[in-house]
Amino acid sequence: MGIEMLGGRILAPYFGSSVHIWGSIITVFMLSLSFGYLLGGKFSTRSPSLTKYGSIFFISGITVLPIVLWAQPIMELIFTHIEDTRYGSLLACMVLFFIPTIFMGMISPYSVRLLVKDKNKSGQVAGVLYFVSTLGSALGTIITSFYFVLHFEVNTIIYAYSILLMLLGIVAILADKLNVQLKQDVAGVAHE
Amino acid sequence: MNKWLVSLTIALALLSAQSFAKVVHKERSMYRNILVEDIENLRCLKFNVKTSKTNQSCIYKNDPRYLVFNYTKLLFSSLLVTNKDPESVLIIGLGGGTMSNTIHEIYPNAKIENIEIDPAVVKVARKYFGFFENQHITSKTQDGRIFVKRAGIKKEKYDWIILDAFNGDYIPEHLLTKEFLEEVKALLSEDGVLSANTFSVSELYAHESATYKAVYGDFFNVRNGRNTNRIILAINKPLPDGQTIMRRAKSLQALLEPFGVNMVELSSNMYSTAEDQDWPENTKVLTDQFSPANLLNQ
Repeated sequence: MGIEMLGGRILAPYFGSSVHIWGSIITVFMLSLSFGYLLGGKFSTRSPSLTKYGSIFFISGITVLPIVLWAQPIMELIFTHIEDTRYGSLLACMVLFFIPTIFMGMISPYSVRLLVKDKNKSGQVAGVLYFVSTLGSALGTIITSFYFVLHFEVNTIIYAYSILLMLLGIVAILADKLNVQLKQDVAGVAHE
Repeated sequence: MNKWLVSLTIALALLSAQSFAKVVHKERSMYRNILVEDIENLRCLKFNVKTSKTNQSCIYKNDPRYLVFNYTKLLFSSLLVTNKDPESVLIIGLGGGTMSNTIHEIYPNAKIENIEIDPAVVKVARKYFGFFENQHITSKTQDGRIFVKRAGIKKEKYDWIILDAFNGDYIPEHLLTKEFLEEVKALLSEDGVLSANTFSVSELYAHESATYKAVYGDFFNVRNGRNTNRIILAINKPLPDGQTIMRRAKSLQALLEPFGVNMVELSSNMYSTAEDQDWPENTKVLTDQFSPANLLNQ
């Protein structure tokens, strides 16, 4: 959501700040999140692990980077080829935000898979997850739009989000490695 | 004398606006609430709320030529910093279309292009404020930034660019950045003038000034203390001196008089930032990456 808020700012120099800009941004985010949920759910059925979970975070952190690195030339190209700002902004949003948001959308269903241990509590786990992720979105929105934009450049904020996502990914992967190590040690001790 | 009487009438009319105003037209557009109000002989276009602060444009119904607003008069100081009568004019932000109508009357052969983001404003300007189009005057519903970018690609040039897209409530942040001002600069002809009508009395004032200076070098601030408006006048070359301006003012005096604009008086309202830089030296320039204009303008 934090990145979504910045979307408006990124697009404005090329596509303006008309109402349809927000239409494009919200459409693309919703569309990619929906595919992300689907793919995340599917992915979670194939021997789920914390390492794979961490990789989703890490990859989404990487896929955010093109927004910083290539947004200008990409928008320039679209701007010169498409006169209508509605379809121009829609296409620009697709190119910039579709892929990273798909990966971010995968996180929720995968989290459900990792956290549900007991079928009876699955609804509760999903509820808590929705709570955490939607609350996080709300916080990301307000902090970005109220405060971050007042102190930092758009690109700096996106770098920060990217690094945060990658760090979370690394933490998850390391935790998994440690966990496996621990289990092996425990198993080793048990053997002796 | 006459002028004071007029000012007094306006002040009184605005003060008593709540009780005497008759709403002629009301609509909710995609961007704002639009209100057209008649206060006896005065007709005003208002955005959002019913206070005089948000008056966008006013005309006298019995004398539509006479400019009501202080800032519209101030905008004509633009003619003082160049020696060339404008042949092509770009107006970003239509309001009631007063500027377009007036400039057409002064320079009937000048090509005037009006850019307005809100189709409802264009409609209201035509219907209630006598805004008209002909073979010289056009209007286009588009975001100003996009128009400027496209015009830049087509290598178009304008002698006079008027940036009037800011109202007191909301500032389009992408029309205040260094990148945008550079795009506008590229559209100015050799003798071209950019005049921007701005409001800021807040923290934004310094940022806005620093940004203009970064792109254009020194510029003129035009204000006369009658309200918080200031007009920024920027050109592509060094600013003219006081004598040159005075000579030009005298030559234009008679032409502008019927519109209630006193060019000689206007020339004394211009302050060069070369002599009077009223913002801190290290102020951060607004860019497409950093432009929290609305947050600063509080």
